Parts: sequence; structure tokens; C-alpha cells
Amino acid sequence: MSKPKIAFYWCASCGGCEEAVVDLNEDILDVVAAFDIVFWPVALDFKRDDVEAMTDKSIAVSFINGAVRNSEQSEMVELLRSKSQTVVAFGSCAHLGGIPGLANISNRAEILEEVYSKSPAVINENGTAPREEIEVPEGKLELPFLWNTVKTLDQAIDVDYYLPGCPPPVDIIKNAVGAIMKGELPPKGTVLAPDIALCEDCPRKDTKPEKILLKEYKRPHEMAVDPTQCLLTQGLLCLGIVTRKGCGSACINGNMPCTGCMGPVSQARDYGAKAISSIASLVDSNDEKEINEILEEIIDPLGTFYRYSLPASLIHRSYQKSSRQGEK
Amino acid sequence: MSDINKSSNPFNPRIVAFFCNWCTYTAADLAGTARMTYAPNVRVVRIMCSGRLDPQFILKALRDGADGVLIGGCHPGDCHYQEGNYKALRRFTLLKRLLESIGIEEGRVRLEWIAASEGDKVQRVINEMTETVRRLGPLNLEIPDAPLKGSVITEHYPEAAVSQGASNE
Repeated sequence: MSKPKIAFYWCASCGGCEEAVVDLNEDILDVVAAFDIVFWPVALDFKRDDVEAMTDKSIAVSFINGAVRNSEQSEMVELLRSKSQTVVAFGSCAHLGGIPGLANISNRAEILEEVYSKSPAVINENGTAPREEIEVPEGKLELPFLWNTVKTLDQAIDVDYYLPGCPPPVDIIKNAVGAIMKGELPPKGTVLAPDIALCEDCPRKDTKPEKILLKEYKRPHEMAVDPTQCLLTQGLLCLGIVTRKGCGSACINGNMPCTGCMGPVSQARDYGAKAISSIASLVDSNDEKEINEILEEIIDPLGTFYRYSLPASLIHRSYQKSSRQGEK
Repeated sequence: MSDINKSSNPFNPRIVAFFCNWCTYTAADLAGTARMTYAPNVRVVRIMCSGRLDPQFILKALRDGADGVLIGGCHPGDCHYQEGNYKALRRFTLLKRLLESIGIEEGRVRLEWIAASEGDKVQRVINEMTETVRRLGPLNLEIPDAPLKGSVITEHYPEAAVSQGASNE
């Protein structure tokens, strides 16, 4: 009997998720022994035509990383959905929108203008900008259409499971692949990571007091960070309190606060709102003016609390720079 | 206040109000018993304390079609649970900055301290807020059609469990 088939695909992502697969090291041999990789643009020379030629549902699992923000990505994920029995959203961008999802603060017109003319590093005297199609002597050439709004994978297609993280930690990937190989998968829609907050796993857990109260919020470059004390009690915006564990406290071990790439635990629907709720309630003041002053120290609430999850959030995007142009 | 509905602007905003059980809700009750009239645009949700108000509730209300959200709690120092209203104030302060940065106008989300005896303040605040939101117009957030799964939990969203079960093969 032939081996079950798996596919990897990337949309709006940085390539770090592909690295995470390679980081499986020798274990990737087990994966290759158990599965046939039939599509993986970053590593193997299969093309879209090859996928189109497959029969529906012939791929056992597709691991798709990256957010969905243009017409090509949308077509590809729809194609892979129709050819796959199971689709796994791989990494923060596919799961919650990720860093590319922060483009939802802006809009299509503004992004194109910044990238092709306004940015100080750009010299573009002819005002060249991408077009969706152009006639050349050889025929018509087409480019994908960039959307106004970035979507998570599950806002584009039906998704069965989620592997969180930026990128997903190797252990989490191994567990998921192991579960798939054994056919022991949890109910559809599950995030394949422990459903407990990172604080539970934190090596500095014992230094976290019962009640934290803060007079000031700081950023890591503004202070000498104590490598043994709970980062939140030091005034750093460590989001481990709302973030799912499973990363092995990688950032904490590097003496940096958690930024929340693993996404919310399942009790929280909106990561940023929940983070705002818990971080703001730590303010050690009952005076309106002082509360305001202390919270002013958080420079960019949107970028801080929705760093990886703006498209998946209840608010989805910014509205002052919203225009329906290019909306799909 | 009776001319509220005679406003030249035909838009009738939908405002969700979260009132704390001990002060503001009681005040709204008082306004009712005293037969004070005020704009009919507010849908009141009673919560035990303004400190119970999760910022997610506010965002969910806006997402699901509210044009504004009004939060009412006890005056500082008067919280039935000592300091729930201070927590509400801290969260509201940070949430307000978030809403600003995504372009949801300031007047759409408002926090007011209203004591149990201040029925007239309920009337005034609701009328004021209705006018403010009426001027701002409909909110109309652009939310994708696809349900936001992944982070949905079955305990809190039983309907998600049903649809998940149905689509399981």
C-alpha cells in the first residue's frame, strides 16, 4: 500500500515555518518514512499543475503556513483544501494572522504607496507600481491581486487543526505529526498545543507573587533586566499570563518577555482584549490621572497586544484607514 | 429629551449598556419608577460589577452590531466589592487607546459613574450618548464572513460545538 501523502504550502509568511519543519532534524526521516511529501514549493519541485492533477481528498494532510492576503494565496489554499482530507494551519500567521496581519492597521492603497514610492529607500522616478495584468508581445502577464485586508487561514478556507507559534516549536510539531501518524487526533478545530498559560511553565514561576501591582511599565532596552525575577513584576509587558504554553519558555530563557506568538488559551476568545484586561488591571493606582499616566507608558497597545492576532481578533482591522477597495 | 426622536438625523443607533447591579442598574430602575423618559436606543445588560466587564464584551458588542457601548459603575470609593470599578477604569483607559488606534471614535465607548440615587443621570447620559452616536453614524465593522474558529471554545460558544460536530466526518 502506498504511503499517505502530505503537502506543505506557504502564503503570507516569512519562511520561518519552513525552517521549523527543517528543524525536525533527523526526525524528518521518520516523517518521510511514514508519508510521501507530494507538494512543498520551498524544497521540492512540484508545481500547481501537479496538485491540480491529483484526485480530490487524495492528500492526507496539508500543512499551510502564512496568512492569506492575495488572490493567488486564496486560490492555492482553496485548491489544497479540495485535495486534502485534513488541513492544518501551521504557525501564528495561518492561525491568527501573525505579523503580516498587522497590515490590517493600514490598507492596500497605503501599503502600495509606501512600498513603491514613499519609503526613503525607494527611488522610483517613473512611478512604477504593480498591476494585475499587462500586455507584452508574448501575451498577457498577470500578477496576484493584493487584498485590502489580511485574513487568517480559517477566514479563507475550512481548517481542521491549528499549530500555533512563530514558528511552531519542534516538540509541538512532533506531537502533532505523531498524533496524525497514529490517527489519534482530537476533535476538529483543536489547537494542537497545551491549553495552559505559559506562566505555568515559566522557569521564574516561583518569583511571581500572588498579586502583582505596577507603578510603571518598561521596555527591555530601558532597564537592566534581572535574569531570575518574573519579568512582569519587573514592569515588562510579559504576556505569558494570557499566552498558551508549549514554546519551552524560549523568550523567557533569553531574558525577554513573552510577546504572545502561541496565541490565547482556549478560555480567551480575543487575545488582545484579554491581555489588555489583565495588564491594565495590574496598575497600582486608583486615581484616574495617574492610571492614565502609567498606561501611557505602553507606547503601542495595538501592536503590543495584537502583535500576532489582529486578523483573528474581534475587531479584525483598523477602521480609520479602512477602504473597501480590494476587499474580497 | 422628548425631542430625541424628532432629531433631523434619521439614524437610530444601537447602544449596548453594561450596568453594574448595585449602582447604575438600580439608578436605571429608579429612572423607570420615576417615569423619566429617555432615548429608547440603549439595551441594558446587568452585570454584578463593572469590574466584571471583560474588554472582550465591549469588542463583541461592537462586532455584533452595536454602534456604541455604555458602561455604568459605582462612583469611585463606592464599589460594592471595594475596587471593581477601579479595575473597570484601568481596563477602560487602556482599551480606549486601542479603540482610538483602530479608528473607533471616542464617543462610541463611554464609562460613567452613576450612583443608585442618580436616575436623572442615567437619563442624561443615555440621551447624550444617543445623540453623540447618532452624529457619528453607524459603525459597520468589516468582519469576514468566515466564523473565527481556532480560538473558539465550546464551553463559551455552544453553537460552535454543534457546528463542529456536524461537519466532522
